[in-house]
Amino acid sequence: MKDLRDNFRLYLLCIALSLRGQMQYRASFFLYSLGQFVAIGIEFIGLWALFHRFGNLKGWTLAEVALLYGMANVAFSIADTFGRGFDTFSGLVKNGEFDRLLTRPRPTTLMVAAREFPAMRIGRLLQGAIVLVWAAIALQVHWTIPKIFLLVGAIIGGACTFIGLFVLQATLCFWTIESLEIVNAVTYGGTLTAQYPMTIYRPWFRYFFTFVIPLACLNYIPVSALLDRQATLGVPEAFPYFAPFIGVLFLLMSLRVWKFGERKYCSTGS
Amino acid sequence: MTLPVVYCLPVPQIIVENLVKTYQVAERPIGVLGGLKALAWPRYKTVTALEGVSFSLESGELVGYIGPNGAGKSTTVKALTGILVPDSGRVEVMGRIPWKERVAHVARIGVVFGQRSQLWWDLPTIESFDLLKEIYKTPTPKYVQTRDELVDRLSLSELLNVPVRQLSLGQRMRCELAASLLHSPDILFLDEPTIGLDAVSKLAVRDFMRVLNRERGVTVILTTHDMDDIEALCSRVILIAGGKILSDGSLSSLRAQVTQERWLIVDLEEQSAPPCGQDFEIVSQQGDRFTLRYQPAQTDTAGLIGRIAAQCSVRDLRVEEPPIEEIIARLYGGAGK
Amino acid sequence: MKAYFALFSARFRMLLQYRAAAIAGFGTQLAFGLILVMILEAFYRSGNAEQPLTQAQAVTYTWLGQAFLGMLPYTANPDPEVRDMIRSGAVAYELALPLDLYTLWYARAIASRSAPTLLRCFPLLFVAYLFLGMTLPPSLASGAAFLVSLLAALFLVSAFSVLITVSLMWTVSGDGIARLLPSLVFLCCGLIIPLPLFPDWAQGILNILPFRGMADAPFRLYLGHLPPGDVFAIVAHQLLWTLAFVLLGKWLVGLGSRRLVVQGG
Repeated sequence: MKDLRDNFRLYLLCIALSLRGQMQYRASFFLYSLGQFVAIGIEFIGLWALFHRFGNLKGWTLAEVALLYGMANVAFSIADTFGRGFDTFSGLVKNGEFDRLLTRPRPTTLMVAAREFPAMRIGRLLQGAIVLVWAAIALQVHWTIPKIFLLVGAIIGGACTFIGLFVLQATLCFWTIESLEIVNAVTYGGTLTAQYPMTIYRPWFRYFFTFVIPLACLNYIPVSALLDRQATLGVPEAFPYFAPFIGVLFLLMSLRVWKFGERKYCSTGS
Repeated sequence: MTLPVVYCLPVPQIIVENLVKTYQVAERPIGVLGGLKALAWPRYKTVTALEGVSFSLESGELVGYIGPNGAGKSTTVKALTGILVPDSGRVEVMGRIPWKERVAHVARIGVVFGQRSQLWWDLPTIESFDLLKEIYKTPTPKYVQTRDELVDRLSLSELLNVPVRQLSLGQRMRCELAASLLHSPDILFLDEPTIGLDAVSKLAVRDFMRVLNRERGVTVILTTHDMDDIEALCSRVILIAGGKILSDGSLSSLRAQVTQERWLIVDLEEQSAPPCGQDFEIVSQQGDRFTLRYQPAQTDTAGLIGRIAAQCSVRDLRVEEPPIEEIIARLYGGAGK
Repeated sequence: MKAYFALFSARFRMLLQYRAAAIAGFGTQLAFGLILVMILEAFYRSGNAEQPLTQAQAVTYTWLGQAFLGMLPYTANPDPEVRDMIRSGAVAYELALPLDLYTLWYARAIASRSAPTLLRCFPLLFVAYLFLGMTLPPSLASGAAFLVSLLAALFLVSAFSVLITVSLMWTVSGDGIARLLPSLVFLCCGLIIPLPLFPDWAQGILNILPFRGMADAPFRLYLGHLPPGDVFAIVAHQLLWTLAFVLLGKWLVGLGSRRLVVQGG
């Protein structure tokens, strides 16, 4: 327990340092955040245009899909901020910097996670949050404690899932550092997928993002419950409230796989 | 009644016994088809990096660990620092098996990579130091004491508040050294610590290492290609090539192992005849300076000097051992065969 | 001219060697294409009204977009090498070459935009055609018109990506602004959703903007959505914008390199 607290303290310290480093380039920081904000906003225009043409998406309105969209983007931007160190991990293996991290008397996951904290991802977070708020107002959601729990839990669980994906992607670097961009198909592709109701996808694809990578559990299912819609994935009624824990579980599992990969790395060397 | 006699044999700080490590290296495919094939069915060949390496170090030694590129130096260092698990053999550092107890082990060692920085690029050095204090969980009073001592020894006081990116290479290396020692490790691994440094910085780094080793009793393991580092610092040199230890001992014994020859360096007057004779060889001629090599076992040094002085008009001369680079080059050459 | 061509071909051949990246790109774009197609299909099933693009056309349009994605300046940093050169000051070496800096960068940009795409597009088009609902052009003329205007698109895109690179001469870490551009380009060239699906009132503006020439126009020629005879007007539109970008780029490079000389790199 003391170890955990110590590690957490160290993590916060690294984040603080990283922020101070970034603040040395203040202008760049704000421009970058602004850039992200607008860039993601532009994507939303595409969504809006499609609804303008087609009216609805399998019975879902723009505001309802916007809720999914906002939540997916908020969760992803949180993950991208906290898990960036894992996203760029291949570089660390390539230049041998990971060996240095192994000479530190702390868990490698902590050292990798603490390396980068790109606060400029706030642009995406902000944009997602704005869409989220707009959607909530447009839908006139009647907020109750369970619904707030659903929203916050789904976002946290979603962020954990995305971080877990980054960790898995980084773990692959212990085997190979070539062709790794292909994992983007799952991380960035997953964000795109989560922005729409799961029911629009083909069954095999839906199953993949429900049972293999539990993104549906952290976006579509809780949002359906939030909107008092019947989620057509055939889950029990109380299930959405457990969903956040699935995300946390996924992250913990990824960290286990990481440990395994690290051991493999140490025994083969590269 | 007789008390049992307990012999307290000093246990070496580092024990390496019969260390073996092989790597699987993917074979480079040729052409597009080869590339696709390699993706589906990669073919590996086994490369042996260490073929039964053994040595032991006592606490407080300053050892040069040298060898050509790909000889197995970094593999050994990785095994000693707990980064790599060997195939077989024993490694024990301060009673621990490094890779089995990585965290406990690395808390007691320091590592400096000459080509890579551990300091936070955009922030003043002191910030990195403070962070390292947290990483190694050093108690504050001890940290402050160690830090101030290091700052004093390495004259860092003016550098501490400068962002690292603005430091010169020499200044940065001094900061790197300090950073690796803030947690008072018992063993320091140095990988090419003087690479790219100017002469003054090199001397400063060497002086500091000597002091560190003598006064603080820190064991230093130095891997380098700079033979001046070795000559200036190391009482013991371990030479590895092709995954095997070729020699282990003092620099002079390393020399003796290769050759007994001496070099006679003669500066001649301008119009002098060049030296000639049967019992020496001319290594090089630069202007009026001739470098001759001979075997003292067969040729008497005083006699040789006398003959040359009689033959030519000599301005100056001196006898030297062949330079260490020459010795090492010959050893490497021998290893290649 | 020969020197620039040599530079282009050297770079082109170098980029062709990045096969691992091509395979990764192929996989990623296949996945994205799949998702986008599923989303579009769902929309088509939801709306009953007659659309300006049939579902089959929209699917083919999407696969073309994924196949030629690499041609577009899809990152904030279309030519990382030049960016690094500008940052490190090594651009001074380029200024020392007896060549025109703009033409040099333009030649390099053409190689960067074409070589990776060439590696990626064929397997993707092949798979999409065989298994994923992509169709062939309705006539040989449509196919030919597509190829001609795709070539013009390459020149247009390259001129534009040099502009992004050149802008880095002013902002030391100008990633912020440079970051906006790719998504704007993506939206306006039809990579996010096919341009015909935008509201009718937006079509006029989109038709004037240079971006449709980067992807949408060639794609619609392919589909026969625009008759093959339109190819002349489209290529003229593409080349006109290319000329504008080149002139602007040349002017900016002149300005920027004078700045670099004054700063001493």
